[in-house]
Amino acid sequence: MLFDYCRAGFALIHSQGHMKSPRNLNSALPPVAFLAFLLICWQIAASRQAFPILPGPVEVLGGIADLVRHGLLLKYVVASLFRVTWGFVSAAVLAIPMGLTIGWYRRSEMAVNPILQVLRPISPLAWIPLAILWFGVGDLSAMFLIFMGCFFPLLLTAIGAVQSTPDVYIEAGRNFGLSPAAFVYRVLYPAVVPKLIIGLRITLGIAWLVVVAAEMIAVNSGLGFLIVDARNAGNRYDLVVAGMVIIGIIGLLLDLGMRSLERVKSFRWGYSEA
Amino acid sequence: MGVVTTPPAIGTKLSVDHVHVVFKRDGKTISVLEDINLEVRSGEFICIVGPSGCGKSTLLNTMAGFLAPTSGSVNIDGEAVRGPDPRRILVFQERGVFPWLTVEENIGFGLFRLPRAERDQRIARYVELVRLQGFEKAYPSDLSGGMRQRVQVARALAVNPDVLFLDEPFGALDSITRLLMRGELLRIWEAERNTVIFVTHDIDEAVQLADRVVVMSSRPARIDRVTTIDIPHPRNISSPRYLELRDAIYEQIGLAYTL
Amino acid sequence: MNSLAEPKKWERFFWPVLATAALFALWHFAVVWTATKVFPSPLDVEKGIAQLLRKNILWMDIADSLRRVAFGFGAAAFLGIPIGLMLGWYPAANRVVNPAIQLVRPISPIAWIPVSIIFFGIGDKAAIFLIFLSAFFPILVACVHGVVTVPSIFRRAGMNFGLTPFQILQKVVFPAVVPEIIMGLRIALGIAWLVVVAAEMIAVDSGLGYLVIDSRNSGKRYDLVVAAMLMIGAIGLALDLVFRRLGKLKSVRWGFRDAS
Repeated sequence: MLFDYCRAGFALIHSQGHMKSPRNLNSALPPVAFLAFLLICWQIAASRQAFPILPGPVEVLGGIADLVRHGLLLKYVVASLFRVTWGFVSAAVLAIPMGLTIGWYRRSEMAVNPILQVLRPISPLAWIPLAILWFGVGDLSAMFLIFMGCFFPLLLTAIGAVQSTPDVYIEAGRNFGLSPAAFVYRVLYPAVVPKLIIGLRITLGIAWLVVVAAEMIAVNSGLGFLIVDARNAGNRYDLVVAGMVIIGIIGLLLDLGMRSLERVKSFRWGYSEA
Repeated sequence: MGVVTTPPAIGTKLSVDHVHVVFKRDGKTISVLEDINLEVRSGEFICIVGPSGCGKSTLLNTMAGFLAPTSGSVNIDGEAVRGPDPRRILVFQERGVFPWLTVEENIGFGLFRLPRAERDQRIARYVELVRLQGFEKAYPSDLSGGMRQRVQVARALAVNPDVLFLDEPFGALDSITRLLMRGELLRIWEAERNTVIFVTHDIDEAVQLADRVVVMSSRPARIDRVTTIDIPHPRNISSPRYLELRDAIYEQIGLAYTL
Repeated sequence: MNSLAEPKKWERFFWPVLATAALFALWHFAVVWTATKVFPSPLDVEKGIAQLLRKNILWMDIADSLRRVAFGFGAAAFLGIPIGLMLGWYPAANRVVNPAIQLVRPISPIAWIPVSIIFFGIGDKAAIFLIFLSAFFPILVACVHGVVTVPSIFRRAGMNFGLTPFQILQKVVFPAVVPEIIMGLRIALGIAWLVVVAAEMIAVDSGLGYLVIDSRNSGKRYDLVVAAMLMIGAIGLALDLVFRRLGKLKSVRWGFRDAS
């Protein structure tokens, strides 16, 4: 607290002072104005096209309304979320325990690391042919792709989380003579949870990216499918962009949701270390 | 205690005149420094002590020009202090050294206006002064905490400042290193005879180093007392006079000195 | 971590080699035992790679993919770094622009594909545009964050020694930010490498991504599919290692606390 007074004071002379702006309507105005400005530019650019291909914001809103009227918006959103949930959760349920175990036993990490490093950069989309081979075209394929997109990041996050647990915690746990089960429950798990949550948030974002791609190629419902289908069956670019906008908004909401999970008190302690 | 009249006394390097510092935060007004008056002579070594909190550092930052006083003024060589200036360099408690530069690049940081030959010469001189020969090309991450502080001091001295401000420079070091660093600082000071203003919360440190010790109260900080340490260097830290002066300060602050 | 003894030096090679060999063996026997007619065994894949090399297809595809990444990533860095540094340096500008960035950022690059096809048609330019989009935001965000978190102590020291604001930017802020920029570049490159494969599957007709899809479509050559996948993995890893190397340079290493 006292140091904050010092910092506030330094801001007086510090020309690049990061002074706190008042959190009221005044400070919401400039960014909103900027967004409005961008939207207006977009609208003008769209209406001045030689061939009306790219829709303006007004048309896009119309497209969204269209989807709502036909009951498709909810259906597609739910379909996409459904696949993401299954792929993401199954990846988490497998990758996290595996990762924690591998991270714990140094030799296993040494053994497996090169394999992981080679498999990690392979885009989940590169798995499409194999997915179709094993699961055919459909929901399962899409979920498999999402699983592949989430598995390696989560595995590596879990390994990293265990390895970066401060030694002092481990030694304290040993010092107090905890049984292995108690040790995992009372020392290891609380220690890794903050980092795991960050990893889960980032991986959820990846999952959301992959589902769109997976749906473009391998299934026939969902937001990704919407984008491809709207274009193929009639050049409805207003629906295409409407789909993009909705994807963006849901992606943002998922991210914000996970961030608020990070703020839950019992997880927050992890940030004083980071 | 120095009370200021308009023409500064001869030999005065730095004078603090009726300085008040008030912070406004979230609508509340906090008075951090209240009516500080101080005169520092050229070549003097002053220590400012006080309980842990923000007053001492705030005063130091005001004197160095990083903070504008709410009222009153700080004058160096008769000229008002209006901002940070290479004539008065501040040495921070830790992490002040630039980690991406080597030792010699750090020390030469303020010398960018000099021709290359002269710069190299100065760097070599100050490397030697702080006894870091052999480490010129090392990076701060390779050095110990005490060595990094020595780099900071060398960097500060290399630009020949009029006044050297040190903000608890040894606070992050272990007690043995601290003792060694105090000796080093005195040795360097005696070679260069800059005016030094040194903030610490360690009363022993203050009595060991300073010509005069300025004792500050807790917030809102005022100068409670200025004690002259009349023991010549090298000081015997077990001598009766040393203990007498030190205990007087303990008492002033209200600390018991038996445990 | 929990090894009872410190692993010896030779173990650093022994265990990975053992695990990889075991994996290959498992793969091979799985193919043999299930008597699958389609899925390739490791030997099939090896032959596939040799075949691609002989026909020069592999080199051309690798070159195409790398070229697109180079252009897209290069453009993203060229624009993203200065803009990010500016936004970090002027918090007022950042406050205005940031919400717009936060809204556009989560839109999957793949969702941009139809739009990019409108603008650029099917071909190289569309792919490069997608790579640019996917790399731009991580670089931007890393730069802004880097500038904003430069410890004020460095800026104060810069002012103390009489540097002009521009000199402070040049001699203090920029070097302080470089580790974070490198980290952002490394992450962005990883993303770019993922996206190029996606872009090539949909919007162009050359490159490693295209090779993966095409090998299946024209002849169910799954040996080539897997070969292409492994190539993608290997090159992606190589690219990542380049940036890790960069992060180990002495003048930058201080910024990576665990120097991984």
